[in-house]
Amino acid sequence: MNLRGLIPLAGFFVLVGFLAFSLTRDPSILPSELIDKPFPEFELANLAETDTLDASLLEGKVSLVNVFGSWCVACTVEHPQLMALKDETDLQLVGVDWRDTRENANRWLVRHGNPYDVVVFDPHSKLIVPLGITGAPETFVVDRSGQIRYKHIGVITPEIWDDTLRPLVESLQAVQ
Amino acid sequence: MARYLFIIFASVFFCVDPAYAQTTPEEYRAREIGAQLRCVVCQNQSIEESDAQLAEDMRLVVREQVEAGASNEAVIAYMRNNYGDYVLLKPPVQANTYVLWFLPFALALFGLLWFGLRSKRKSQFVETQAALSAEDQAILDDLMREDT
Amino acid sequence: MTVEIGHIALILAFCVALFQSVIPLVGAQKNNARLMEFGDRAAVGQFLLLAFAFICLTITFVVSDFSVKLAANHSHSDKPLLYKISGVWGNHEGSILLWVVMMAGYGAFVPVLGKGLPKGLKARAIAVQAMLGVGFLGFILFTSNPFERLNPVPLDGSGLNPILQDPGLAFHPPFLYLGYVGFSLPFSFAIAALLEGRVDAVWAKWLRPWVLIAWSFLTIGIALGSFWAYYELGWGGWWMWDPVENVSFMPWLAGTALLHSIMVLGTRHSMASWTVLLAITTFALSLVGTFVVRSGVLVSVHAFAVDPERGVYLLALLGLATGGALTLYAMRSHSLRDIKPLNATSRDGALVLNNILLITALATVFLGTFYPLFIDAINGSKISVGAPYFNLTFAPIMCLLILFMGIGPMFKWRQDSLKRVRGPIMIALKAFGVVFLLTALFGKSVLGGIALGLAAWLAVGTLIALGRKANWSLKGLRAQPAATWGFVGAHLGMAIFTAAVTSMSVWADTEIGTLKPGESLDLGAYTYTLQDVSGGKRFNYDYYGGDVLVAKGGRHIATLATERRFFPVRNQLTTEAGLHLSFGQTLFASIGEGDPEGGFVVQVYRHPFVVWIWLSAVLMALSGFVSLADRRLRLPTRAKEVNLTAKVGAAE
Repeated sequence: MNLRGLIPLAGFFVLVGFLAFSLTRDPSILPSELIDKPFPEFELANLAETDTLDASLLEGKVSLVNVFGSWCVACTVEHPQLMALKDETDLQLVGVDWRDTRENANRWLVRHGNPYDVVVFDPHSKLIVPLGITGAPETFVVDRSGQIRYKHIGVITPEIWDDTLRPLVESLQAVQ
Repeated sequence: MARYLFIIFASVFFCVDPAYAQTTPEEYRAREIGAQLRCVVCQNQSIEESDAQLAEDMRLVVREQVEAGASNEAVIAYMRNNYGDYVLLKPPVQANTYVLWFLPFALALFGLLWFGLRSKRKSQFVETQAALSAEDQAILDDLMREDT
Repeated sequence: MTVEIGHIALILAFCVALFQSVIPLVGAQKNNARLMEFGDRAAVGQFLLLAFAFICLTITFVVSDFSVKLAANHSHSDKPLLYKISGVWGNHEGSILLWVVMMAGYGAFVPVLGKGLPKGLKARAIAVQAMLGVGFLGFILFTSNPFERLNPVPLDGSGLNPILQDPGLAFHPPFLYLGYVGFSLPFSFAIAALLEGRVDAVWAKWLRPWVLIAWSFLTIGIALGSFWAYYELGWGGWWMWDPVENVSFMPWLAGTALLHSIMVLGTRHSMASWTVLLAITTFALSLVGTFVVRSGVLVSVHAFAVDPERGVYLLALLGLATGGALTLYAMRSHSLRDIKPLNATSRDGALVLNNILLITALATVFLGTFYPLFIDAINGSKISVGAPYFNLTFAPIMCLLILFMGIGPMFKWRQDSLKRVRGPIMIALKAFGVVFLLTALFGKSVLGGIALGLAAWLAVGTLIALGRKANWSLKGLRAQPAATWGFVGAHLGMAIFTAAVTSMSVWADTEIGTLKPGESLDLGAYTYTLQDVSGGKRFNYDYYGGDVLVAKGGRHIATLATERRFFPVRNQLTTEAGLHLSFGQTLFASIGEGDPEGGFVVQVYRHPFVVWIWLSAVLMALSGFVSLADRRLRLPTRAKEVNLTAKVGAAE
């Protein structure tokens, strides 16, 4: 046994350590760069085409901004949880309907229920790149001053709501 | 029927991007920028190379900003602001990438240096005895008979 | 019934492999010939059982037996026969079965062709090969059983995805695996040599053909994959430096280094412990590649369905095989110490330099591929390492390698002097200068000039080395052994490859425009005209597309059919590019978004000499096979062998 002979083995163990750690990570999840930054400016119509919306919509209230689309399968999975939130909290729920048609989105919201206080209609992805979104569903927690405080990628399960989002939302709501 | 389907299909899924109308200097610049940006849902493809819808969205944003007169650096900085370092195909040279950028050259330099130190000049070169016995050596040499 | 028989054969093969991994080892330890010979029979038996199991699985695909889950998920009764068969390995379970069949196949060649090997070495190598088999067969039986039944039986399979029905995709994996798995033999023989505590010329001589075979197959596999990406992805890239490509390229680089170091070992009896380490590393990198592709740690778009259990098992397998091998290496490598004085100006010196540079290149690809993973584990930051990084790091190292590659083969073994090769170097240098000047002047690219000049340098250097070996006579040329032709072919292949890659990266041309049917676009001297565009539904996608006619000076040259497809189920768009391949240049067109009134976005390309990228890879692979014919690589005949083993035995 000599020390030089051990070098490859040591290097290999470091590699295996990294590989083992990486097994616990999902490479498709990208952390948001926008945490603690103001929600990006935008100007888009609402889904009913009755109003033009902009970022001021998020001021004064703690909001959950949820990116969805009628084409998005995972959004259907997430939907019951959002419906439950609508009843049990006084959060402002903002939907961003992405790459969709009004017709399809309305049909989808009628079939699955509409949990949103307001839906921003974004067929041409105007808000998607500024928000750094990679896919639907993604959800942002925005505080009263319009700052993004948290981003969740993927479906909001009851566990994620109870363990992560609810404590955050409640602490934000406690701040006047 | 096919034609009807096709028109619906085309109008629903694609909207013509005005920036493509002809190859303008802006378009060349947009492509140059796009080639440096990663399509964040693809495997190491740039947004110019990808068919993913998100890549298309990002291409549009790049073209809008280039049309509005933003510099290459400004567009890339904007994307980096939204998606982080992940969006840059060429990792920036910064504290957490020094190893990445300099290790290959350090290794090459080290290897060449080692080679230079280990090898002997002709005058110092003396062949040592092979590890095998003379008899085995003869058999092996017979088997291996190399040219030159 | 076929299914159950296949499953039983698989279980039997597992049992055989278990015994095969123990009994010959014991035999070698006790010097018991009967126990050692058991390994010979078991190796062949294990292969026959696995080949049988594989045939059973293929039959279920061919007869469309959808009571088997794998066939139901990945086949369809309407598929053409070719794709029913390639469907067997077009999925995780089937491809890993193909892997073990090949591994057992290589293992079975040891007793069949290795009659001249020392008995102990052979028995130990067969046992190690069986240990690898046990690991992978366990993986199949416990996590990825291809023979799983389905209840209720579906009416038809769900595996009719026309986009995957492509000859490139069908034949790419078997070649790649023949390469990956081929490196298991050098691995097993390296372990056996460590167990024996000696590595010698017989070992090197016996192993070199196997390294050549694995290397040649891997070369073909990688080239096929690259070609497939080029014509399938629709934007004309032939190598993207994405993780899946990189993990197939790393064993190739290590295998190339091994190919050269084993020559030094065989001829000069030096670099023994280094060669053993390389043999271990090369196969370990094949295992790393399998792990990366099948566990999804680096790839967000998965090649195979990802299952965390599989990732854990594969990592454990990688850890045990490579960790065990390297532990043994740490314990025993000092017994292989063979430091001989190294003369920089000699063939040995040149080959050591070759190894240093190849390993540096390998380390660069490794670092670039895994750095995002390392940095994520260390502080959670996410970065990308794309083509620009590799162009700035890997490419210069390769240029350095080519520089030495041009003159290395001119040196004699053991000892030589610069003075003796000064003449040839000056000629190669002149070739470099002329090509550089011409390219810089007419091609208007200094970097392109340097790279093309290097290609010329390498080609001229290689031909001079050949001439010197043959004493510049036709008779001498005819007397050259096969290995010389292998060397000439492979090194010329590398020169052609360098030239092709250079012209592709410097002089490729593209133009984009919005065309209504009938309108045209100019690219250099070529006019691309979009014909009628039509659309509709086909299989599981919507499409539209049309022909693009290419003309030069009013003369029709090519018709490029391009199409854009939308898969509603996966909300995914793909582009089918129209290609016209020729030796000089490839013309290429792809249609993008648009409508008949506003026009379609059409991107057109002209790629000079791009096909030579793959043709040169084929030349390199063929050269590897040519080298195999070398008489000097044959093992001694029986009579001689007895003599030799007796001698070696006496020497111990």
